[in-house]
Order: sequence, then C-alpha cells, then structure tokens
Amino acid sequence: MEKKLPTIEIIEKYCKGCHICVEFCPTKVLEMKGFVASVKNLEACIKCMQCELRCPDFAIKVTA
Amino acid sequence: MAKKVAFLQGNEAAAQGALYAGCSFFGGYPITPSTEVAEVLSIELPKVGGKFIQMEDEIGAMAAIIGASLTGAKVLTSTSGPGLSLKQELIGYACIAETPAVIYNVMRGGPSTGMPTGPSQSDVMCAKWGTHGDHAAICLVPASVQEIFEETVRAFNLAEKYRMPVMIMPDEIGAHMRERIVIPEPGELEVINRTAPSVPPAEYKPYDTKFGDVPPLAAFGSGYRFHVTGLNKAEDGFPTTKAALVQAEEERQIRKVDANIDDIVTFEEYLLDDCEVAVVAFGSTSRSARFAVNEARKAGIKAGMFRIKTFWPFPDKQISALATKVKAIITPEMNLGMCTGEVKRCSAGNAPVSGIFRVDGEPINPTQILEKIKEVM
Amino acid sequence: MSFDYDKYLRPGKLPHIWCPGCGHGIVMKGLIRAIDTLGLEKDNTAIVSGIGCASRLPGYLDFCTLHTAHGRAAAFATGVKMAKPEMNVILVGGDGDGTAIGGNHFIHACRRNIDMTYIIMNNNIYGMTGGQFSPCTPTGALASTTVYGNPDPAFDVAKLAIGAGATFVARGTAYHATQIDKLIVEAVQHKGFSVVEILDDCPTTYGRRNKYKSVIEMMNRLKDVAVPVKAAEKMTAEQLQGKILTGVLHKEERPHYTDEYAKVIARASK
Repeated sequence: MEKKLPTIEIIEKYCKGCHICVEFCPTKVLEMKGFVASVKNLEACIKCMQCELRCPDFAIKVTA
Repeated sequence: MAKKVAFLQGNEAAAQGALYAGCSFFGGYPITPSTEVAEVLSIELPKVGGKFIQMEDEIGAMAAIIGASLTGAKVLTSTSGPGLSLKQELIGYACIAETPAVIYNVMRGGPSTGMPTGPSQSDVMCAKWGTHGDHAAICLVPASVQEIFEETVRAFNLAEKYRMPVMIMPDEIGAHMRERIVIPEPGELEVINRTAPSVPPAEYKPYDTKFGDVPPLAAFGSGYRFHVTGLNKAEDGFPTTKAALVQAEEERQIRKVDANIDDIVTFEEYLLDDCEVAVVAFGSTSRSARFAVNEARKAGIKAGMFRIKTFWPFPDKQISALATKVKAIITPEMNLGMCTGEVKRCSAGNAPVSGIFRVDGEPINPTQILEKIKEVM
Repeated sequence: MSFDYDKYLRPGKLPHIWCPGCGHGIVMKGLIRAIDTLGLEKDNTAIVSGIGCASRLPGYLDFCTLHTAHGRAAAFATGVKMAKPEMNVILVGGDGDGTAIGGNHFIHACRRNIDMTYIIMNNNIYGMTGGQFSPCTPTGALASTTVYGNPDPAFDVAKLAIGAGATFVARGTAYHATQIDKLIVEAVQHKGFSVVEILDDCPTTYGRRNKYKSVIEMMNRLKDVAVPVKAAEKMTAEQLQGKILTGVLHKEERPHYTDEYAKVIARASK
C-alpha cells in the first residue's frame, strides 16, 4: 500500500531562519534554503510534528 | 424630609463621597495622613458587594485600581506625598491608557518622608508634573469636610467623563478635621458614568476619535476584546511609532482637558466686586484667608478672596482678569511658592503678587495674612 | 493534524518581534494550545504582561489583553481578578520583569494565592534593553553590565514561588514544546496562584556573549539540563549536579483569594 505523505507548509514570510526545525527533525526532512527552511525529503517524515511545535515563528504547518 | 447630617473627619467624608459616586473598588497602602479612607472603605465596600484590597505597596495599589477600572469598576486609591511619588509612573499609565481612576492624596510635608502628621500644600506641582511625558491633569483642592465629600464625587465624575486619572488633594488639616456635614440624598449630586461603546465588538476601537476626544471605554469581560498598553498607541489600541498617529494621540489627550476647561475649573469669588487687594488661596489656607479678608473689611480695606477649588487645570483666565482689576494679590500657601508662581504667570505683571509661605508644619494663620494685606495696601 | 493557531491570533500581527531562535514564540504556541485544550472563552480571558520581550506576547493574542508597566503585571492582574473573579487571568513575562522590578508583586500574588496563572519566560537576561544581567543570570555569566563575570547569585524562580506561597509551581523548557501546554493546562485548572517557569533562550543577547555558538546549542543545553522530577527521584546527587528539575514541582490545596474575599463580602453584608 502506498504511504500517504503529509504536507509540510513553510510560510516563508514568517520564517526567521533559526534552524531549529532543521536541526531537531529526527528524520532530517528539512533543510535551510538560503535564509528560510525548506522541505528536502518529505518521504522521510514520520509526522512527529516536532518541527511545527518548536517553530518559534508560526512558520511551519504539518498536515498529516 | 430631614437632611442626613453627620459629624465626619475629612478622610471619612472622602470615603463616603466615593461610595456616593458608586466606587466599587479600592486599592491602597497604609500611609499617614490618609489611612482612614482605606479603613472606612475596608468596612463599607464589601457591604455593597464592592472590593477592597490592601496591596503590597503604593505602586501595586495604583496598578490594581487601573486593572479593576478596565473591568468597568469605578476605582479609588488614597495616599499621601511619598505614596504619590511612588504612584507617578502608573498615574502616567492611566493617562496614556486613558483609564478612569481617582487618586485621593492628603498633602503632608516633604520632600521624602517630611512631616507625616503636619499639614502642607506642597504636592500640587506633583499632581501635574510628577509623572514623565506630556499629559493632561485634573486636581481638585477642597477646603472643608463638606467639600471633600462633594469634590470626591466630582473627581469620580471627571475621571469617568474624561477617561483619565483625577486627583483630589486636601491638605492634612482638611483630611483630619472633623466638621458637621450634610450628606446629600441619592440623586441630589450628579453622578456620571463612563460612556459605553455604541458599536458592536467587531467595530470597537478603544481610542476611536470618531466619537470625539473622549472615546468610549469598553470593559474587559463584557464581550469587547481590545489591547491596552502604556506605549504610544493608535486608535485601535496597538502600539505605533508612526509620527502622525503618535502626535495626534498625544495632542488629543491634552485637548480633552484644555477644550473643556470651563466645565472642569471651579472657584469661589469672595468679596471681589470692589476688591483692591485679593487673596488667592486654596485648601485650609483659604479659611484663614476668609477670616483675614473679613477683618480687613472691618478695618476699611477693600479686601477679597479668590479661592481656587480646581488647581489643575489652573484658573488662568480668572486670575489674569483679577490681576487687571486689583492693586495687589497675596498668595498664602503651605509651601514655598508653588501657587504663587502660577498666579504670577497669569497676572503677567498687572498686579504685584506677594506670597506668604510656610513649610514648618504649622497652618498659615489669619493674622499673618491680615498683616500682609495691611503691608501691601 | 496541524494546529490552527490563527483562531487565537490577532490577524495581521505576525511576524512577531522576537529574534530568530528566541523561545518566546514556542511558549506562545504552547499557551495557545493550552487555551484551546481548556476551552477558555476569549471574551472572558485576560492576558496581562509587564515590560520586556516576553511581555509583548499579549498583543498577538485575540483576548482582553493588558500590556502594563515594567514589573507591574501581577498587581494590575490582581485588580482585574479581584474586580471580575469570573474572568480567567493569565500573566506572562520575563525573568527580569517578574523577579527584579516586579519581585514584590510576584511574591505577594503567591502569598495571596489569587487564582491566576503566571508564565515566566526565564532566558536569564534583560533582552529588550540589550543584554544586562537579571536576577536569573547565573553567577559568572557575561552580560553587558557584567563583562567581568556576574558576581550575583541567581534566583531559583520556582523555589521563590513555593517559598512565597504559590500553590502550583511547575517548570518546563522551550525545547520541550509538548510539555509546555500540558503544564499550563494543569496550572490554569489549579485553583490558586500557579506559576509556570519556562527555561528559555535568548540567542541574541545571552547566547552570543556566553559562548553559545548557535541557537541549536542553546536548545541542546535546555534539553540536557532538564530532568523530569520523576526521573530525578531515581538519580543520585552526583548525577543531578548541574541539572534542573522540570515538571510539576509543587502542588497543594489552599483557600484562594477571591473565594476568601467572597466570604468577606458575605460576612460584611450580614
């Protein structure tokens, strides 16, 4: 059965580029692209929501 | 129907006046010579479902009443000189956030601890200039126990009407003296409540100039959600640094008093019609002045008195007119020239102004004033 | 499922003023989730703060919000709660605001056990003014006013609150995001004065001066020093060296202030 992928929305105008989401993602889904966070490997996402929870800037929305 | 007559101390009359005005919240801190206000209200407020809280310090007391006022309560704190100094920052907060509050301050000596049980009139400049920044000020200076009652009611009315802190400042003599007073019947004195918003919550802005210089104030918990801050703010209540908005807001807050001076300023003219030497006095000192004026009249001197009942805004217009009419002005006061300076400013050299100053904890007696009247004539 | 923070945020206020990596935003999100869990009514909830970075929080939230003067949040909030006990009152602020200039109001709110919740974001520094040491700056740490090392000992905020009489005291960190809302929920549900200290990070004015190479290093420190109270029970004193306990540190039932004052009203009205 095909795995249903979540959507990870990065609101670039809110992102301040602190790296928290990138560093603490347990499966390294995210990366920095210039000054803002960006999705690198969505397939690896385990929907733990930690990036959204820890984003201080309301810039990440994970929809499982 | 027989009038309700009582024999009250000034501070007790202030407490009764507050209750008459509908005060439902008192926050205070013990300080001589104003503590009786707190004592009376700690007994009386809970009887009518009101709240009394003794806070941890003077600043906390001022903070608590502003917080309570924002829920719609009519609020009072009482204090004296050192306490007034401590409250100043939050008096400024009440100014900029345009929160109605009454500050009853009994004037004792100073600076600092001064003479806690001695009379003084040296807090009048603190009422206007104590907190930093530009702001309007209203300060009432009653001269009798009856007047402390009535002016406390008026202080609440002005605070509610103009959405700002209002000070009432008897000196220690007025605050601790006992006199016969007639308690007005309910409805006899006007009682004003703040204007509630007429727009639905979604359209409400706490400083909406569409409603004039005194925008309606909603209460927390009444269905209106809004932001209150001590930062310079725009009409919506949120902080702004936009030059035009800040300038307009600041000017409006001054204007709401400046444009209504005739509604706010009260005074008494005593034997001024043919007067050649006018005594300009306020508070307890005016009682000595009245006696001295009467004595001078008996001696054939055309003396009179202009009694200041509202110290801020200062009765500029009336004093200026007086100075063009009389040959001399005498300003007795229990400080080193605070009112005298204002009177000199207003008289603009049209009449010589002679002060009588006492800061030794003793009241100014009629003889001192009478001697000065004779001296200048 | 993504949490809908927008439901509680005032429109058009983001991005907030906090620096990149500052934990205050994480705490604000935790507070919003807690409010959602608790089902607090917006119209009936006041959020009160003092002055400082953390005290800017209420402006973003769509409630009855009161941004007061430096250190005075607890005193203003006491007035709100006394006058309208039916309102939920939540205080937010920083360590300098709450424990230095506001220290007196803080301990007396604890003593009165007035039914409010105080969230203290402790980032060990005065951030807004550019990094001066606070009563919560560790001894020896560097700040713009302790360039030779801080000679002052620091307050333990939780112990201070417990000593002063707060009946619910908890501690979390900005790293442990899911714990934040759980602690706030429990704190608000508690009848009496509840204090939630959140160990926070200020990369801009504290981290840089104190040899933290990045926000991540500061976050990792929070992760490493935190020990849940339950886990600590099984640890030796040696193992607990340099650790900070997190979770619910203190909870007791004691009459709370507005209930007691309601009794005063009942006695006076007889």
